[in-house]
Amino acid sequence: MNPDRRQLLGFAAAAVLAPGLRLIELAQARSPEEAASTLKRWGLLIDIESCSDCDACVSACHEENGVSSHGRPATDAQWIRKVSLRDRATGHVQTLPLMCQHCEHPPCVDVCPTGASFKRADGIVLVDKHTCIGCRYCVMACPFGARSFIHEPVTGQKPDVPRGKGTVESCTLCVHRVDRGETPACVEACSQAMVFGDLADPSSEIRRRLKSEPSTQLRADLALNTGVRYQRL
Amino acid sequence: MLLAIAGFADTGSRQTERVPLPVVKIEKGEACVAPVEEMRREHMKMLFHQRDRTMREGIRATRFSLKGCVDCHASSKTGSVLGEEGFCSSCHAYASVKIDCFECHTPLREDRAR
Repeated sequence: MNPDRRQLLGFAAAAVLAPGLRLIELAQARSPEEAASTLKRWGLLIDIESCSDCDACVSACHEENGVSSHGRPATDAQWIRKVSLRDRATGHVQTLPLMCQHCEHPPCVDVCPTGASFKRADGIVLVDKHTCIGCRYCVMACPFGARSFIHEPVTGQKPDVPRGKGTVESCTLCVHRVDRGETPACVEACSQAMVFGDLADPSSEIRRRLKSEPSTQLRADLALNTGVRYQRL
Repeated sequence: MLLAIAGFADTGSRQTERVPLPVVKIEKGEACVAPVEEMRREHMKMLFHQRDRTMREGIRATRFSLKGCVDCHASSKTGSVLGEEGFCSSCHAYASVKIDCFECHTPLREDRAR
């Protein structure tokens, strides 16, 4: 069955049944037994002008992933943070959420001596903490400062998000939610400024918007082909 | 030595001379994902392979998942597989095997960990 036909069936099922009750999920979630596929590439599009002065994305992320603070901002883990940019000439200030950019050519993967830092088939960049030795090369290599080292023993982890001392971690694009066919927690908390979707699917909203509207990659000069894109920056 | 072990297995008593036998309380479910004998010998290999499949490939089959183990085997009292009567910890203490799964993974059942 070609993708168009499958999607049509999905819409038909959605139309026939009551709201919230579908025979075929429109998101077409993978079955749990199926491996992540190179046919997909997950990405985010963030519209900076719609990003207000709140930290809903940060608190939603840290709640979802069980990232707690020790009250020591210099060493606390940050999976996502709000960054303010000020134009020195005009004084114009913008704020944006910054997290792992899920690069196609991730420098963190290039430098990892154990292969713990890796890119999944669907473009999500992760740390396999089973093989991470905590050397922090990736922390140094990431141009976005997206990775955090865990200095202290961790308790109260979420069942889907193991976290432990002596390893490096960063945004996982909420891989456990994506594998269930859901969107990342930050996108759920802030749908006005953030869109999540498949960059490889020409009919996805994110791809349509990237095609019709201007967008930028952070540090585009490094040619990393980031999965996270920004608008009106 | 062999005779001593055979004798000790036969008595079935919880009191031995030096080391208390592990507490293996099965509180939930009819059967495990494999026969008990196989689970005792092979559970670490099952977890090891599942770990790499899930982490690297995103295959989240539930049969050999650590989360599945914890959800079934956690104590109804503490909600945990660790602790004095914990399913994992009491056996590993008896066998003198140090596991570090729970340095990162939560030892709590899903409804307790949330």
